[in-house]
Amino acid sequence: MPHTTPGAPAGGPDGAPADVTPLVQLVSPTGERVVEPDNAAYRSRVDHLSAGDLRDMYRDMVLTRRFDDEATALQRQGELALYAQGRGQEAAQVGSAYALAPQDFVFPSYREHGVLHVRGIDPVDRLRMYRGQDHGGWDPAESNVHLYTLVIGSHVLHATGYAMGIQRDGLVGHGDPERDAAVITYFGDGATSQGDVSEGLVFAGVNSAPVVFFCQNNQWAISEPTSRQSPAPLYRRGEGFGVPSVRVDGNDVLACYAVTAEALERAHAGGGPTFIEAYTYRMGAHTTSDDPTRYRERAEEEYWRQRDPIDRVAALLRAEDGWDEAWAAEVDAEAEALGERLRTGVRELGAPPATAMFEHVYATEHAQVTAERAWFEQYESETGHATAGTGATR
Amino acid sequence: MSETLTFARAITEGLRSALESDPKVLVMGEDVGRLGGVFRVTDGLQKDFGEDRVVDTPLAESGIVGTAIGLALRGYRPVCEIQFDGFVFPAYDQITTQLAKLHYRSRGRLQLPVVIRIPYGGGIGAIEHHSESPEALFAHTPGLRVVSPSTPQDAYDMMRAAVASPDPVLFFEPKGRYWTKGDVTTGAYPSADDAGRADVLNRARVARRGDDVTLVAYGPTVATALKVADALAAEGTSADVVDLRAISPLDVTAVAESVRRTGRCVVVHEAPSFLGAGAEVAARVTEECFHSLEAPVLRVGGFHAPYPVAKLEHEFLPSVDRVLDAVDRALAY
Repeated sequence: MPHTTPGAPAGGPDGAPADVTPLVQLVSPTGERVVEPDNAAYRSRVDHLSAGDLRDMYRDMVLTRRFDDEATALQRQGELALYAQGRGQEAAQVGSAYALAPQDFVFPSYREHGVLHVRGIDPVDRLRMYRGQDHGGWDPAESNVHLYTLVIGSHVLHATGYAMGIQRDGLVGHGDPERDAAVITYFGDGATSQGDVSEGLVFAGVNSAPVVFFCQNNQWAISEPTSRQSPAPLYRRGEGFGVPSVRVDGNDVLACYAVTAEALERAHAGGGPTFIEAYTYRMGAHTTSDDPTRYRERAEEEYWRQRDPIDRVAALLRAEDGWDEAWAAEVDAEAEALGERLRTGVRELGAPPATAMFEHVYATEHAQVTAERAWFEQYESETGHATAGTGATR
Repeated sequence: MSETLTFARAITEGLRSALESDPKVLVMGEDVGRLGGVFRVTDGLQKDFGEDRVVDTPLAESGIVGTAIGLALRGYRPVCEIQFDGFVFPAYDQITTQLAKLHYRSRGRLQLPVVIRIPYGGGIGAIEHHSESPEALFAHTPGLRVVSPSTPQDAYDMMRAAVASPDPVLFFEPKGRYWTKGDVTTGAYPSADDAGRADVLNRARVARRGDDVTLVAYGPTVATALKVADALAAEGTSADVVDLRAISPLDVTAVAESVRRTGRCVVVHEAPSFLGAGAEVAARVTEECFHSLEAPVLRVGGFHAPYPVAKLEHEFLPSVDRVLDAVDRALAY
């Protein structure tokens, strides 16, 4: 017998989730600092963050939200083939990304727009894949962020292997924050059902690999609630693999920062992997092709709208006199500029030349590709089709 | 330097040479360390190169290949062992959706120099899932190189070229040939550039010269084809035996050159004939050599049935007699 009826809301009729204790939380949904139950070990990890740091986090969350809204609009206008919205997950993404050292490496799934923003990946490049213009879009070596992976959970093994490489490079356990390196990989509640995620935990566990498994439980894998993925809380998943695990309020940017900092510290020190469940909510649809009204209740969406992670940081800043109207206006202006930049930049992305489909199939010559490319170029020249790109206005 | 080695030992020495030449080369898989692999192909390597370079992995094929991809992204050159052909499928997703595509998807920014060794083929009296020939499934995936040596010398040379290659290589080892012996000459370890162009990963080999019929084979069936050629010679028919070495890329030029001389072509492999590598060979020979052909291209392979119980495998596998029958049919046109 299933534990819940498929399609039922994840929690109660008021849209509230089922019991989620224990949960690391440092800031309440209304913006007050939380001290009970005892979270001193995590509080100490955010003590050094100034009001300016908090404002930076807020700014990056706002810019991530704006990116999301603009990309959604661009898809509606036919400029993107598809877009996977991250609305509601800004705290989990920005908070965890803030904890990373520059030498740490990120393996995202395909919704980590906030992580990519913090790591400095050009916003237009982040949409090349969704425009159907490139299967990747950026150089992983420049940002230490691997390309998006669409096959759910596959990249969790790549992250683990990469971390095993860092171990072999001798880059853990020196106590040098500029040298010790680790990996963080992002995936969702649905991905935890994939064998590759479990295998990643197995390989990371037995090798004590420096990798942080950051699971954003946004409660919906397209139409399936987390109860269809696991009868047990996801954060307990790590335990059986010998991987320390923690559940954090994914809408609390400081708590997400703190638990990620703790996990990275362990990884850098040679203490091995950590499993983090960031309990959050996918406020938008799975992608622009999805219609959540078919499977979830308005009350639940409203419950989470009242717990918007961006509002929480704003409330905290206001409560602690960190809010500044002139600065807030600057953030708004920056968001406007980002929107304009995306609208222009995405429209200017031309199609690659047709012959690009034959490039980089192999790193060295392969007779089949060579022969088919030669045939194609001959065919194009004889039939008069242009092989050049369709230009900047496409 | 030249020495007599078994086929399996030639692979071991190829791996040893790679491990010695490049500190980034790793060997990983189930039981490859202390045990030396169930076929002992990695025997002694962990003792000489340590547990960090010759790695006993958890029993999870997707995990082996998935972590190998991550290691490659970090600059390593993993050589993964899949214990038996029929156990590659848990890794099929990682191989086809990730390993094969990351170079392409990154527009050349990422390289995936991963070798996946797969002991394959039948004839050893094994139980289910231990005798299969799934090579065509991988050759159908762009981005992978798929090779299979037939001699100890090629096993050694092709292993070193595969490890040095910047492309992922599926390295199918004909396990029924592991215990055969041959002279192996060793040489300098190739650079990545050399490996990419290496004939052994790209070019077929003429195993025997003849003029009346072309026998195309690779891996375990090259020996069968050579026995057929001996039998034919006794009857006064000379067979050209082309050892493909690679089915991706397929050396169509070498096959066509032979068939233009002989006018007849029989393709032999253990994998089922239906949609197997032989189907591609037949199609390409028809395209390239239509006016030279005296007979349709014929295939001798496994049947479109799951690999049978060991008691029946010799009826399933392409035998000398079945290939001779096909040659007779080709000659009768």
